[in-house]
Amino acid sequence: MERDDLIVNDSYALNAHHSEEEGAKIRKNIWKVTGILTLLTTAEVMMGIYFKRAETFTWSMIKWTFIVLTLVKAAYIVLVFMHLGDERSNLKKVILAPYMLFIGYLIFIAITEGFGHLGAFNAFH
Amino acid sequence: MWYFLVSDALTFGGLLTAYGFVRASSEDAWPIGEQVFRALPGLEGEYPLIYVALMTFILIVSSVTMVLAVEAGHRNDKNSVVRWMGLTIIGGFFFLGSQAWEWSHFIHGSGGSFLLAENVTVTSDDGETFNLTKGDPVFMDHHFGHLAEPWLEGAANISLVESDHGIKLVEVGEHSHEAALHSLTLNKYIENESHVSGDEAMKLWNARSETFAFGANMHDNEYAIQQSYANFFFFITGFHGFHVFSGVVINIIIFIMVIKGVFERRKHYEMVEKVGLYWHFVDLVWVFVFTFFYLV
Repeated sequence: MERDDLIVNDSYALNAHHSEEEGAKIRKNIWKVTGILTLLTTAEVMMGIYFKRAETFTWSMIKWTFIVLTLVKAAYIVLVFMHLGDERSNLKKVILAPYMLFIGYLIFIAITEGFGHLGAFNAFH
Repeated sequence: MWYFLVSDALTFGGLLTAYGFVRASSEDAWPIGEQVFRALPGLEGEYPLIYVALMTFILIVSSVTMVLAVEAGHRNDKNSVVRWMGLTIIGGFFFLGSQAWEWSHFIHGSGGSFLLAENVTVTSDDGETFNLTKGDPVFMDHHFGHLAEPWLEGAANISLVESDHGIKLVEVGEHSHEAALHSLTLNKYIENESHVSGDEAMKLWNARSETFAFGANMHDNEYAIQQSYANFFFFITGFHGFHVFSGVVINIIIFIMVIKGVFERRKHYEMVEKVGLYWHFVDLVWVFVFTFFYLV
């Protein structure tokens, strides 16, 4: 019976080559993503300079915009630059799922408890 | 490499979450990024966020050159790999240099502050009245603060001169110069700042306590009541800077191997891809640090 668990000259490294035409396409995509990242960062900085901080609805919307833009930038870096987008779906899940689960929970609990503590502090003083 | 990055990402996630927790549970106002970080090397005046934006851009560009090096590796194009990796390393050095300047500026501060020893009511230059209480910080300008620090430490060649026009600090000797107390600033880092000058400024100066802060260190800082602000800044940006530094070192090692033709003989450039992953990760972390330290 032919064994299929051996990797014989079939390693990822040797098969990851691509031709000049494919390369040109990849490079085009890289420059596109560079443009997007630069644009998003510029937008963030402009908003940071222009809007004055205050306890208003506008400012909290701006804060959320910063966070969403950051996540968009992070997605571009991870999926295109780190080419996680081209990996097998199992690897993608193994990398992203634990992270989202643990950090999502940690952020939720820390921020809730942080503000909760502040509320309790104000109530008692 | 991916598994290492996941664990490292958890570390940074934990650090930034800790920062968020302390900030959310803080009773005193938290400093505003664009009012703390608004200096450019060699220039007077205020340029909020421009310098950090530049640092962010440098890191993004070096990430791009890295991904181009990886792409060239897939075509076994040694010369292009050398070119793009070389540029990546230069970008890394630029970022490290910028961060060194940023730290130095953060540590030296811009004038320093003192806390009030009693309650004072003052009117700012634009006519607003402030009822300040004991313990509130008041900020000095860059020139006055520069002399105030050694003067407080008892430097023999610096003295305080009082005249009808107010007070000034005078340094004699080798670097003789002087700085007058033109105006003081309120709420410098926590909301829209106000300037107080003339007799009103003297009221604040006369109500000063012994507690002064200049820049930031591990014990106190001029930016915030909370020392944790400076501590988180030092730890998170320092830990990230250490990652950048090790990234540059690893990049240099692989760069030398590329030049020596190791990967050409191996017929693939997978090592370039692996260090590339690490380098992108460093960029990724900075994107988050940038948002949570400087913008939000």
